[in-house]
Amino acid sequence: MSASSPDGRPAERPARVYADHAASAPVLPEAAEAVLRALSLTGNASSAHAEGRAARRVLEESRERVAASLGAAADEVVLTSGGTEADALAVTGLYRARREQDPARRRVLVSAVEHPAVLEPARGLAAAEGAELVLLPVDERGRLRTDALAAELERHGGATALVSTMWANNETGVLQPLEEVVRLAAAHGVPVHSDAVQAPATQDVDLAASGLAALSVSGHKVGAPVGTGALLLRRGQALAPLVRGGGQERGLRSGTSAVALAAGLATALAAAARDRPAEAARLAGLRARLLAGVRAGVPDAALRGDERPGASLPGTAMLTLPGCDGDALLYLLDARDVAVSTGSACSAGALRPSHVLAAMGVPDDDARGALRVSLGRTSTAEDVDRLVAVLPEVVVAARRARAATLPTTRTPSPTPAAAGSAATAGV
Amino acid sequence: MRVLAAMSGGVDSAVAAARAVDAGHDVVGVHLALSRGSAGDGSAGPAPARARGCCTVEDAGDARRAADVLGIPFYVWDLSERFQADVVDDFTAEYAAGRTPNPCVRCNERVKFAALLDRALALGFDALATGHYARLEPSADGGPPTLHRARDAAKDQSYVLAVLPPERLARALLPLGDAASKAEVREEAAQRGLAVAEKPDSHDICFVPGGDARAWLAERVPRRPGLVRDEDGAVLAEHDGAAGFTVGQRRGLRVGRPAADGKPRYVLSLSVASGDVVVGPAERLERTRVVGGPPVWAGPPPAEGHRLGAQLRAHGAEVPCVLAGTDPLVLDLAEPVRGVAPGQTVALYDGTRVVGSATVERAA
Repeated sequence: MSASSPDGRPAERPARVYADHAASAPVLPEAAEAVLRALSLTGNASSAHAEGRAARRVLEESRERVAASLGAAADEVVLTSGGTEADALAVTGLYRARREQDPARRRVLVSAVEHPAVLEPARGLAAAEGAELVLLPVDERGRLRTDALAAELERHGGATALVSTMWANNETGVLQPLEEVVRLAAAHGVPVHSDAVQAPATQDVDLAASGLAALSVSGHKVGAPVGTGALLLRRGQALAPLVRGGGQERGLRSGTSAVALAAGLATALAAAARDRPAEAARLAGLRARLLAGVRAGVPDAALRGDERPGASLPGTAMLTLPGCDGDALLYLLDARDVAVSTGSACSAGALRPSHVLAAMGVPDDDARGALRVSLGRTSTAEDVDRLVAVLPEVVVAARRARAATLPTTRTPSPTPAAAGSAATAGV
Repeated sequence: MRVLAAMSGGVDSAVAAARAVDAGHDVVGVHLALSRGSAGDGSAGPAPARARGCCTVEDAGDARRAADVLGIPFYVWDLSERFQADVVDDFTAEYAAGRTPNPCVRCNERVKFAALLDRALALGFDALATGHYARLEPSADGGPPTLHRARDAAKDQSYVLAVLPPERLARALLPLGDAASKAEVREEAAQRGLAVAEKPDSHDICFVPGGDARAWLAERVPRRPGLVRDEDGAVLAEHDGAAGFTVGQRRGLRVGRPAADGKPRYVLSLSVASGDVVVGPAERLERTRVVGGPPVWAGPPPAEGHRLGAQLRAHGAEVPCVLAGTDPLVLDLAEPVRGVAPGQTVALYDGTRVVGSATVERAA
């Protein structure tokens, strides 16, 4: 839609409301500056000459800052192209290494609400490398059932290669009981990996304190450029590499070091660590404002997740809007200059009911109307107010659109009010 | 107007969207994900063999790229549930009942210009643009437009839109109706920098991978073995299910002995109830009277005795006919037509104008 459309819309449009920080956050100016500065360097960080040394200095300083921001030592940082690569390296690499040490360890335990970046490598191991994949259930708030994990380890602890549980869910923002997971797994000598991609902006992600064997972070969720990330690997933890070659990153991830990207990642993670307490409190306030506004404007909207203080990321809210389709909501909000996401984006942009909501027991019919609002560093109270202001009319239009799309042979849906479920946490 | 442009990922719908933009409309592109597991279900591994031109990840990507080039917003909408119920299941059920459906007609009638259009209207759009080759002419009295054959007779697709009632056509935008040729459309696409300019046309049924509809049906229609007979009732062969045969079909009959006259044999009729498939020579396929179900008229029904043109297949020739009855529809064809099968759509023309349509119930 051009700004000068002929239907009389104003040529000047208000700035857009970007409420999709969990998908990708705006690049921090200081991170962009760090990248630009490092781009002026010539030389391969593995080279011994002066140019190489200059590049290596920036690379290693960046590594140290990443480590310091995440409670790790510099030699526990494996730089990657992003969260997905870090997850793939962790899941595949831990499995192969653990199985090499002890061939009986074939079981891979992952929560049912993991991101595809964890689920798909795990499925790949099951399909091609003899792994036995176990999806651990979550409760109706989306939190891992540690009793199920305990029972699983009790029976098969000696045959388990690894556990992978995310720090915070990307759709609901719900924090996972990592401390308990680590404690349970440690008793059976099982390493635990956590996909912490959504966490560093607001959570104290600390490798040492967590007891995790490995954790993944992504740069672009905290204001570094897309294409940056790291796997933090506890010292002494065995890991088989995925990308072999020149032996960079201590042989765990070959490929010429992306010095400028490392500088951007380090700067953004340092800023996240620095601003975390204030940012977490600010976002929690914005989210409360959001939920109150949604509650007032769309009374049958439901928060899918855990609204209790400290139970989830402060900026993320997964809503289901009965009688709506997520793609219609997305379109209607986009056309009103509000960017949000449905349950989960995928490469072609088509929508399927979220596996996260399904694992929480949300009926498919409700999951179709899922909308994820994720607030971040640039979000303001005005953003929230604008989203809240347009949502009621958007829901009305989306319900009309949903009714138009139902199969003609299908019986009508139950009324929206009757479509709620035990997973409704009462917005 | 606010226009929703249906974009399949092919060249026609991309150029149609471009022309809608040029006409000054506020255009949004949408690609329909029509089959489960299509258009990005996020699953790993190479895509299984799927028909092109409908809803593969590649088609969605082509459509998205075209929308980006045009500078319009683009979305993928999942109408697979509706498509399954109203097109795929209908297709299977029609064949199971021994009839010959046209899924493209059903898709336009029940998905594109029904579910999609209704959804678009509910979301605030005024019209739906598609890449069909057919023309809409405004009516003199301000009523709904009339549907006409495309300027390029070779590409004309008015047949697959003939089932649309006037109030649906009133919401349609068909920017390619005046295109001189497909070559012109491809040339225009290339000039506009659309990468799909050279993309091959799709011909197959979009939801049947590889285009083998009989094999596809064989997996879905219950098999009930029966007999292939000649017109005198003599048994010529056995078959493993009458459903899936089509009137006029020649291949796959597995009739061992040649006919007495040495000419090829064709399916003349079939009965799912008895399991009989009756075959005979080509000339016995000829039909001069067609009886249809309740017709959809573009305007007031023409008077009985009116001379019209009838088209009985998507790419079939138009045959002069006389309207012998309107309810049910009865047509007396001026010349015999071979292979008229129940389930097919008959589109009726007065000159280039579509006057109505119906589903064929029987022919004699």
